[in-house]
This record gives sequence, C-alpha cells and structure tokens, in this order.
Amino acid sequence: MRFVDEFREPELISRTAEEILRLAGRDRHYRLMEVCGGHTHAIYRFGLKDILPDNIELIHGPGCPVCVLPMGRIDDGLSIAQRPDVIFAAFGDMMRVPGTQGSPLEHKARGMDVRIVYSPSDALKLARLNPDKQVMFFAIGFETTAPSTALTLMRAKAEGIDNFSVFCNHVTIIPAIRAILDSPDMRLDAFIGPGHVSTVIGCRPYEWIAKDQDKPIVVSGFEPLDMLQSIVMLLRQLKVGEAKVENQYKRVVPWEGNRAALRAMAEVFQLRPYFEWRGLGFISQSALRLNEKYAAWDAEQRFEVPGIRVTDPKAAQCGEVLKGVLKPHQCKLFGRECTPEHPIGALMVSSEGSCAAYHNYEHRKAAMATSLTSIA
Amino acid sequence: MCLAIPGKIVEISSDNTESALVDVVGVRRRIDLGLLQDDKPAPGDWVLIHVGFAMSKISELDALDQMNTLRALGEIDGAMQEVQGYGLEEPNDAEVH
Repeated sequence: MRFVDEFREPELISRTAEEILRLAGRDRHYRLMEVCGGHTHAIYRFGLKDILPDNIELIHGPGCPVCVLPMGRIDDGLSIAQRPDVIFAAFGDMMRVPGTQGSPLEHKARGMDVRIVYSPSDALKLARLNPDKQVMFFAIGFETTAPSTALTLMRAKAEGIDNFSVFCNHVTIIPAIRAILDSPDMRLDAFIGPGHVSTVIGCRPYEWIAKDQDKPIVVSGFEPLDMLQSIVMLLRQLKVGEAKVENQYKRVVPWEGNRAALRAMAEVFQLRPYFEWRGLGFISQSALRLNEKYAAWDAEQRFEVPGIRVTDPKAAQCGEVLKGVLKPHQCKLFGRECTPEHPIGALMVSSEGSCAAYHNYEHRKAAMATSLTSIA
Repeated sequence: MCLAIPGKIVEISSDNTESALVDVVGVRRRIDLGLLQDDKPAPGDWVLIHVGFAMSKISELDALDQMNTLRALGEIDGAMQEVQGYGLEEPNDAEVH
C-alpha cells in the first residue's frame, strides 16, 4: 500500500477498501478479470492485491498487445526488414520482443535499419525524410492505438507518400473476451473493463457480456481509487444478482466512444477472417488489416511475407493463465526457464503481461523483505 | 502501452488545424488532433495523448492525477522519452525547458 498514500483522497481509498471488505463478506469467492494490461501492471505496482480480501481473486486478461502477438508475426515483419532498402519502425515496447531469430533490437545490432518510434506519425515522418528508403511501420495495439495508425495512413494517402507502409497487427478486444467466456474451463464472475480502449469504442460493445453472459462489467480508470471503486461497483451488482455495464471512468470515457476515431478505423481497416493470438489460439474476426482502398500502403501486399508460424512451447501454460485457470507462478516454466529477461511464453514478454508483472512484483517484495531484514 | 500522457495545448498550427504544439511537463512536441475533430480542443485545453495523437479532452485536475499515476507506476521516464520522439522531433518542436 505504500504507493496509495501518494494519491488524492487517501481517506476515501481506505473507506472504499473497507466497503469492499464489507461487500465481499466471507461466504463466497469472487473471480474478477481485469481485461487491460495497464490495469494488471497498476494492480501489482500499487499492491492492490495486498488490500483485497482473500476471497476476491483478480484474473489477468488478454489486454497486452505485445503479449498476445504470435512470434511468427514478428519473424514475418523482421524478414521484410532484411531487405537493404527497408527501414523497420516500431514502438519501443516491441524492441525486446523475441522472434525465433532474435528481437528487433538484436536485428539492429546485426546491422539492420531498425528504428524506435513514439508514434505512427513519426514513422511517416521517417518516410518523408528518407525518400530513397521504404519505411515499414510494424503496427501493434488494440482499439486504443489502431485509430492513430488509421489516421496516419489517411495522411500518407492524402500526401501521396508511397515509400511508407504498415505491417498491421492491430487486434480487437471484444472477440478475445468472447473467446475467454466461450472456453469450457472459464470460471469468471465479472470484468473490470479496459479504460483507454473504451475511450475509442465506448461502453455499448460490452452490453452482450451483461445481457447474454450475465456477467457485470465496469469500465475503470487506472488510479488505485478508480480500480477499488470499480470493484465496489462489481460487488454491488454481484450481491444482488445484477449484470450490467457501468462506467467508472466517466471523466475520460464517453458512453458512445470517440466517433472520429471509429470513423478513421472504418475508413482504413477491415476485419481479418481470423487471427492467431498467443496463448488463446485462432480467434475469428479478432484482428484488423488494411482494406482495398489502402492496399498500396499494406506491407503484407507490398512485400513477400513468408507467413511463419511458431508454436509456443507445450510446457508454457499461457492459455491457462490467460483464462484464469492457473496463477502465473503455477505454470511449470514460471521463474525458471521463463523470466522477463528470457521470456518463453507470451505473458512474460511485456511489463503489462501478467506473468512479468507478477514476477517483478514478487521479486520486489522479496527484495523489500531482504532489506527490512538487514535493517533489523 | 495502453497508458496515455496528459499535455496542455500551447498552440494550434495556423496552416494545419489538426496539428498542435503541446506542453508535457515542460517538454514540447507536436501532436495530431485528428481524432478530436468532433470536439476540437483550443489552446489552454488539456488532452490525453497516446502515441502522438490526442485521444480525449480532460480537466486540468484529471491531467495532474494522470501524471501522478504515471509517476507512481514508474512509467514517467519512459513516457517522457517517448514524447521526445527518440530524437525524431525537429529541434524547435522539442525545446526542453
């Protein structure tokens, strides 16, 4: 709880935590999934698990775009980058993610032209600055990020910048939630809905979760108080057997989402019939590709793509962890073969992945215990 | 990577109203306002910025809280490095105060 003190209204935080204790009671176990990797990271970082009662279990969901990207896609993207005229541009988050032949950063060390960009518009700027090169932006992200890629492509088309292309790995959150709910070993009571994805898609796309699946969902902000309040809202629904969509993050998330962002996505993208997710397998209509109007900027059409498929090691139990069947440390590889330094499974790859978050948190807790012992 | 950083709009380009100069705790960079074309921000407004695009308008109080969250998450240095564009920003866009 040491981080919580730094936030506004620490008293309200304690009162909310007490309300959770009261609502949770003792006679029932609650399994809540936070869908977004940003929430997973915040839960560990703020030590929220330490203030929740034992009968509230947080299951970490699929909302970490780096984690769910199949290794074959990284290999495919990097195979294009082998061409001497290509500049491979990607977000910093991608740089250490391993492909079978190493990460983008390792490819850079071998002499390939790999650039970190903050924004897809910075990748477009690279194309303007390097007219004799082909700049390929390796796009990842959920609906939070996809509109920015879309708008960048609209700008590239309007300006006629033809040495720019996008290798599109954008995914959509709803089919992943559906895949988790459809899984036979699924055991969840409710969802903490993603914050920034919802600024784009709004709250309506979650209504089926409440109506058809009878599970409450509360769209939540990222501060400790936000997440605790969202848990209170979920418990209140569960206590009276209700299931509806609620918005705790109203100060940022409009119920209808961001229509301009949705328009940009509709202008540029179409749904792929299916896409592979690390840990979850193939999910139909769960990812985006560039549509016909933007075919000229589609790296998958401009370049030859080998279509590499890499199966995750059988021993890695990412799927079970994603569905909440196993806790990160219950996987056979956790902390031994699979660590944040040498990730084998998807969820160890980024700090927003549940295994990496759990690993870092446990590690820090152990380090704190050691320093406390040495003080004593 | 789903986190967003708040910035205050300093100036909207006269030749392109979908491009603005923002101030993110003293660092200035150009961002794209295209995703807010239905609810255009003005100089002095606060926006949440994700990968160089303004995602939503927010209040000043929420902006300060969001900065606090990033700081507590240990994400502030990375976020600031990102905002500075890894050296890609033009020098007059990225003056550090």
